[in-house]
Amino acid sequence: MYVAVKGGERAINNAHRLLAEKRRGNTETPEIETDQIEQQLSLSVARVMSEGSLFDRDLAALAIKQARGDLIEAIFLIRAYRTTLPRFAFSKPIETGKMDIERRISATFKDLPGGQILGPTFDYTHRLLDFTLMANGQTPPEAAQGDQPVDDTMPRVLDDLLNYEGLIQDEPASADNDDAPVADLTREPVSFPAGRDLRLQNLARGDEGFILSMGYSTQRGYANSHAFVGEIRYGKVAVEIEPEELGFAIDIGDIDITECETVNKFKGSKIKPPQFTRGYGLVFGQSERKAISMALVDRAMRAREMGEQIMGPAQDEEFIMEHSDNVQATGFVEHIKLPHYVDFQGELELVRRMRKEIEARAQSTPETKAAE
Amino acid sequence: MTAQTAPQSATGQSQHGQNQNAKNQTEPEIDAATAARKYWMSILARTDCNTLATHWQGNYADVAWQTLRAPQIGMVMVRGRAGGAGQRFNLGEMTVTRCSVTLADGTIGHAYVKGRDRTQAEYAALFDAVMLRDGAAQSFIDDLAQKQAVVKRDHARKIAATKVDFFTLVRGEDE
Repeated sequence: MYVAVKGGERAINNAHRLLAEKRRGNTETPEIETDQIEQQLSLSVARVMSEGSLFDRDLAALAIKQARGDLIEAIFLIRAYRTTLPRFAFSKPIETGKMDIERRISATFKDLPGGQILGPTFDYTHRLLDFTLMANGQTPPEAAQGDQPVDDTMPRVLDDLLNYEGLIQDEPASADNDDAPVADLTREPVSFPAGRDLRLQNLARGDEGFILSMGYSTQRGYANSHAFVGEIRYGKVAVEIEPEELGFAIDIGDIDITECETVNKFKGSKIKPPQFTRGYGLVFGQSERKAISMALVDRAMRAREMGEQIMGPAQDEEFIMEHSDNVQATGFVEHIKLPHYVDFQGELELVRRMRKEIEARAQSTPETKAAE
Repeated sequence: MTAQTAPQSATGQSQHGQNQNAKNQTEPEIDAATAARKYWMSILARTDCNTLATHWQGNYADVAWQTLRAPQIGMVMVRGRAGGAGQRFNLGEMTVTRCSVTLADGTIGHAYVKGRDRTQAEYAALFDAVMLRDGAAQSFIDDLAQKQAVVKRDHARKIAATKVDFFTLVRGEDE
């Protein structure tokens, strides 16, 4: 029997009013503006854009404000919003080689053309709390300026420096293969085994914490892939689309992108000499941790392609891809807090009946029991 | 016609021109008029709504035009390549606004701009139409391009200040 229960409406409405009041906090403190979030919490904004899978800084800032800073809730809001918009086009693949560099480092080559550009980084800070930020009032001095701007052209470490000796594998499908369809998990159901296109899309929108942990697991021995960071670059790239009504490609603006390429050892096989292999990470905004982790997991998930033994969860594409999405995960994990009164009533009945049956059996056969 | 000016002369987008990666050169040749149009559209897409509106109101307020396609907000799925040069994949979407307008003489202007600013898209389409018609806004475009180039260059100098200068310490055992 199904019993419909009503009566929560007033409580729900009042809970949402209370939520709005709590979100605002103490009204003697000025209300935070979304452009303050967009400017001053820009790394939160980057994460919400990446995992919300929608590049729009203003919307990400709004979502963060609305979610009271709960980034997964904000990502959920962005994912919901993006379903309301039509898709005009697919962009041409962005050309990260032409990035306007804001940061570019290599852990494998010290003296590389274009140089090691630190950019705005937390690296080498002492991780001491800076109380002047709390004292509220010091405008930081303007950043130093070099005599010359950074080089326009920065060679890619893996392709331009390491590849000329054939020491690193080529990317399997290059520009020649551009007629092949590109998988899209937002439009078609995911099936396994998954191609690298689908895996990279899944990782790019996957939860930073999850991808980080899985990447970490590969370093700790749950996959045989010791990695170096060949190159990390962060900066702006132009996005181009080719609208039908124009018939040629146009540039519609810049987006911020972090890219990471890892170099991994490969012992070689019967047919292939030893060489380095690659992992790739690409995310919206400045998010190096996510980009590095993504590259580690991308490489680990190429185990099948490389003929490697699967020895850890990071190499198991089904495990990774089915658990990386924090909106899916939070939906299923958190749904168990919602009313399950009837389900639980059923369970309760069942356990009571089982107990009764066991008690009844025990009483009806006392002699056998005693004889044992 | 001023609209035919080759884009290389201006500074704003020159980087995208020079920095060609030999690997991805499968693009078909485009004529000079198309190249010029691509160039001004890229400049307009990077110009904020207020700047466009002010210049339009000050110079073209009497131009008669009609909406062909009202400003519409949508998305573009941004694609990347594995390893930067390999297999294509879908990275994630971005918001984009598009708009098309028709001038009284029938010239059609189009705009696709990043973000959700309908008014910016409308003005960008209007300037596209005016540029197609007679290149009238060329000096405005050049001006915008120069400003964008200056902002970019100043920023690139700040970035350059964070470049590491390695120096090697001479150690005794090497003489």
